[in-house]
Amino acid sequence: MFYRETGQFKQSYAADQAVFPILQDRLGLAAILLVAFVVVPLFGNEFLLASVMVPFLILSLGAIGLNILVGYTGLLSLGSAAFMGVGAYAAYKLSTIFPGVNILVWILCSGFFAAGIGVLFGLPSLRIKGFYLAVATLAAQFFLQWCFVRISWLYNDNPSGAIEVPARTLFGLAITGPSATPVTRYLVVLVIVVVMTLLASNIVHGRIGRTWMAVRDMDIAAQLMGIRLLPAKLLAFAVSSFYCGVSGALMVFLWLGAAEPSAFDIKLSFLLLFMVIIGGLGSMIGSFFGAALIHILPIVIRGLPEALGLPIAAATVEHLTYLIVGALIIFFLIVEPHGLARLWQIAKQKLRVWPFPY
Amino acid sequence: MSLKNWLYALSATAVLTLPAVHDAQAEDSIYVPLFTYRTGPFAGSGTPIANGMHDYLTLLNERDGGIGGVKLIVEECETGYDTKKGLECYESVKPKKPVIVNPWSTGITLPLIPKAAVDKIPVLSMAYGLSASAKGDTFPWIFNPPATYWDGFTQILQYIATQEGGGIEKLKGKKIGYIYLDASFGREPLPLIEQLSKELGFEAKLYPVAAADMQNQSSQWLSVRRDKPDYMILYGWGALNATAVKEAVKTNYPMEKFISIWWPSEDDAKGAGDGAKGFKTLNWHAVGADFPLLADIQKHVVDAGKSQVSGKDKVGQVLYNRGIYNSMLIAEAIRRAQEITGNKVVTGEDVRRGLEGLNIDDARLKEIGLEGFTGAVKLSCTDHNGHFSTFVQSWNGTTYEKVSDYIAPLSDKVGPLLDADAKAYAEKNAPWPARSEACDAS
Repeated sequence: MFYRETGQFKQSYAADQAVFPILQDRLGLAAILLVAFVVVPLFGNEFLLASVMVPFLILSLGAIGLNILVGYTGLLSLGSAAFMGVGAYAAYKLSTIFPGVNILVWILCSGFFAAGIGVLFGLPSLRIKGFYLAVATLAAQFFLQWCFVRISWLYNDNPSGAIEVPARTLFGLAITGPSATPVTRYLVVLVIVVVMTLLASNIVHGRIGRTWMAVRDMDIAAQLMGIRLLPAKLLAFAVSSFYCGVSGALMVFLWLGAAEPSAFDIKLSFLLLFMVIIGGLGSMIGSFFGAALIHILPIVIRGLPEALGLPIAAATVEHLTYLIVGALIIFFLIVEPHGLARLWQIAKQKLRVWPFPY
Repeated sequence: MSLKNWLYALSATAVLTLPAVHDAQAEDSIYVPLFTYRTGPFAGSGTPIANGMHDYLTLLNERDGGIGGVKLIVEECETGYDTKKGLECYESVKPKKPVIVNPWSTGITLPLIPKAAVDKIPVLSMAYGLSASAKGDTFPWIFNPPATYWDGFTQILQYIATQEGGGIEKLKGKKIGYIYLDASFGREPLPLIEQLSKELGFEAKLYPVAAADMQNQSSQWLSVRRDKPDYMILYGWGALNATAVKEAVKTNYPMEKFISIWWPSEDDAKGAGDGAKGFKTLNWHAVGADFPLLADIQKHVVDAGKSQVSGKDKVGQVLYNRGIYNSMLIAEAIRRAQEITGNKVVTGEDVRRGLEGLNIDDARLKEIGLEGFTGAVKLSCTDHNGHFSTFVQSWNGTTYEKVSDYIAPLSDKVGPLLDADAKAYAEKNAPWPARSEACDAS
């Protein structure tokens, strides 16, 4: 009843091709942004900001990066955590070599390093597909992680073998290091994630995105239509790794504060892949849904017994969390194999025809 | 569809109600969170430690009504030995004003080191974490007694020298193998090994084991068989220890020449069968439940069903007692903080002073009910580690037996490295705050 585009006439091609052609969608997006930018920082406590929202946004960005590769271009990758690591180590090296330059510049620049490495490991994608490509990217995962452990230049010969985040400021406000408040860190991450999501959304809705989707659906047909496969696939690797790299740099600088190489292990790669699959392949909002399900849901489940006053031991809660999250993942995949984004789409469609479903 | 909306509503309410619970904290109590891992790949080592830590503090609540008449609120947070989850735990306990945190993972300790001074919560990383944090003037909020990994390495070397019948000059010309977890923990002694092998004239053979290959060390042990080192030194954790002992038995390496840092448990040696007899590890506290305090724990906590130990024989195992030792430090630091400030309810800042003024002598150990359990512990404002002596214990098939005297570390070799390391840390993390905390004359 309320969610209906009746009466909204488009008078230009631009309006007709907009990402959000329906007014209600635009209002909804504005409301979400309002909540994210105003309500959450004003009313959220430190735990919500530092342990729920910041990791959620950073993982979402990583999931978007992987989604570009897996969801939009159809290239299966298991090396996303390593590309995140490249971003993190690049940002660390750059900020320690040039401490005068603003850290945000380096966080964004680190994406280019990740993109370069991503292109390098994306080269085999022209010849191999599917599981074979997954194995090739798995090699990237192991090789890069080995580099993070073995090349002591990367972590400035720290005896701890970890990268530690120096304190840096933006407009006089600490944004990294121990004195950065969760609110500042949240807002910085939020701005970066929103801008980059917008960019990604424009890329995938435009010519480049259509090229990728054509390659995904049938690469020979795409080739026959005049799409050059190698540049298209390498571009997908580059953009995807760029997003992963920035998300990795954000992870170390604005979330963890220090990281050992094990922070970028294969587990994180799988986690991102789960987010993309459960959230919805080839969907921006799905990346956010997936990150929410994988990151926020366990926190909520862990908090429930305490909130309800149930005396359950911490370890039992942890086991229960694993059980429940696992069961929910299976449940959602059975109900809708195309991920949460598809559920969202169905919901919108239902709202459109409500109250007279046909 | 409705189910999904319902779920969202549920999670939203849960997130909103969480803070309310945190505020409903009793005023006259001391909050001690315990970061534990009873799940995940390291649960085998983590569970006995968690039990030991938890049972000691529970005993103080049950038997004495807390410390100095103030009840302790002991709460476990499950980290699964995962840095991200550990940080989540830290953020979730922070609003409840913890007086101390024990990360029980080097990975979780590292991000907490800069945070500790800002949040005013002291970090007790007992014999793990960043070795350089022993320097109290650079790291006023971090404590890592009773010994660092570098101290441990020199202690093992000295033990080897006494086995050869003399001082450390006896190491000349010996071949010493070092098998270690190829992560920050195991790599930390590498600069020390490089320096000492030159100074003392022994040949070091390195056998790194990647974290992913902990349970597959056959290639490393093949090299050991080829190289035939006179002694083997092990720095491992979790499955790495158990596998190393098994492989050593399989390769017929003489077990009495296989010496580990202080982390292997009974189960690590037991798994290898009778062949593991003679396997040695460092330790700084007794094994076994033959102490009045542990008898009290048995009576007030385990028999009362307030412990999570799976059997009575678990009380007194190496890692259980390690947890006891950890909680003893916490409790004594809180007690000392109460003495210094005169307040019953102490804060993180007070406990930091309590840790710096920590002085557990033999008389106090007897009072606690742990006479002969361990050496005296005394920290100071500049020395947050103590660099205490440890001894070597040997596996006899059922338990560990103490087989050496207490061995002091080679502080003249380790000291300069620590100084340089602390200085480098402060430089790399510039602007590192200078110590502003006053020092209590103790």
